Formats: sequence, structure tokens, C-alpha cells
Amino acid sequence: METYIFILFATLAVAAAIGMITSRNTVNSALFLVLNLISVAGIFLLLKAQFLAVVQVLVYGGAIMVLFLFVIMLLNLSDEEQMLSKFSVRYAVGFFLGVIVLSQLLYAIASITGTLPQIHPEMERVGTVETIGDALFTVYMLPVLVTAILLTAAVVGALLLAQRKISGKVDK
Amino acid sequence: MEMDWYLGLSAVLFTIGVIGVLTRKNAIVIFMCAELMLNSVNLTLVSFSAQLGDVHGQILVFFALCVAAAEAAVGLAIIIAIYRNNLTVDVTRINLLRW
Repeated sequence: METYIFILFATLAVAAAIGMITSRNTVNSALFLVLNLISVAGIFLLLKAQFLAVVQVLVYGGAIMVLFLFVIMLLNLSDEEQMLSKFSVRYAVGFFLGVIVLSQLLYAIASITGTLPQIHPEMERVGTVETIGDALFTVYMLPVLVTAILLTAAVVGALLLAQRKISGKVDK
Repeated sequence: MEMDWYLGLSAVLFTIGVIGVLTRKNAIVIFMCAELMLNSVNLTLVSFSAQLGDVHGQILVFFALCVAAAEAAVGLAIIIAIYRNNLTVDVTRINLLRW
């Protein structure tokens, strides 16, 4: 049963990823990415990481993708014409490097396969909000506070970068 | 259920992200492919964490999510600023600093 659920989510994730990089319309790409993120959240659930599955849907599928869609709406982009119609060195090099990366990754995985056991029995306890919160607010207290500073800096930086006055010379 | 299937799925997703970054021209799509790669690395971390029964991998994924959120905000602001100046997000036509 678990295998079938994994195959369902994995197929969905890979198909959505391929759809994302092949669709002309940017909005379609963003929606395919949402589908991909949600299926990866399902795989997190299969790995008994409940907290991360919920956070994945909320933060990635919710907040970040809404931000992407807002920016796409703001820029009002038209569809790309001639995305794959003519052959160029760019696509050949990109595809070639992609195949190299995939073969390296699969080679690295194949060298350790067979030594990997099943899901650890401790995972029933480890993936819950309780355990993660316990670790976050005791051992990892300082990194959590640094993350707060990082997010504040990101908000301030984003506001500063996206404000109108900074691009003074072009007024169209 | 063997764990290497999860790692293989993560590798495939990462590779699709790499191919997208290398072939697409739209800056927003390139950015989304970067998010896809981050997410596949998160999948690797979670599967190793599930294999070892260790919470630290999931903590690392949590911080990676925070960094991804910050990166998305700043990166999209940069894309908006580039669009204001150039009226395009086509990375082949943004060549001011290109050699």
C-alpha cells in the first residue's frame, strides 16, 4: 500500500516538475510548482514527518507561491514565443549538463544502496511537532533567533529593493 | 519500502531543476527551478532523517525553509527592480554586467 502511494506521489511530483519547465505560460509554471510541492509534502507524510509536511504546504505551497503569483501578476508577462522551436547550443549544453548531474547523483546513491534500512521505528515519535519544537527551542535556540534576524533583514531588503525611487533614471 | 527510492526521486527532481535553470530564459521560471532544487534537497534530508530516526535532519529542513522564504522575498524584489529598469525578465537580454 505504501509503495502505491509513493508511486502516485512520485509520478505526480516528477510530472509536475517536467510540466513546470516545459510550459510557456509563467502562471502555469507556478501552478505546476504548487502541485509538485504538495506531492512532495505527501511524500514527507509517507516518511512520517508530519510537521514538515504541514509546514511545506503552508510556507511553500501557500506563502512563497502566492508571492510568486503576485510578482507574475505585477509584471504582466506575456507568453514566451519560440521557447523550444529552434535548436541552440544553450539547450544542448543544458540537457547534457543535466544528464551528467543525474548520472552523478544516481551513481552516488547506487554506491550506498543496500545499506539503507527501512524507516526507523523512532520516526513515529521524531516527526511530530512536539519533538521538533522541543529541539528547536532548547538546543537550537540561537539559530532560531538568527533566523528571526534573517527574516527581518529579508523583509527590509525586499522593501528597499522593490521601492520605486531606486530606479530613478528610467521613467516610463 | 526501500529508502533509495526516495533518494532517486530527489535526484530526479534536482536534475529537472538543473535542466530548467540551464535552459529557460524567464528569470521567474529560473527562480522557481531553484526552489524546486532546494525542495528536492529537503526531501533528501527528510529521508535520511527518517532512515536514522534522528530529528536533526528535520531541523535542518526547517531552517532551509526559512532561508528559502527569505531568498524568495529578496530574489523577487530584485526581479521587480530589474523589470523596472529593463522592462524584461529575459535573462539573455539582461547583459549589463555580462562579459
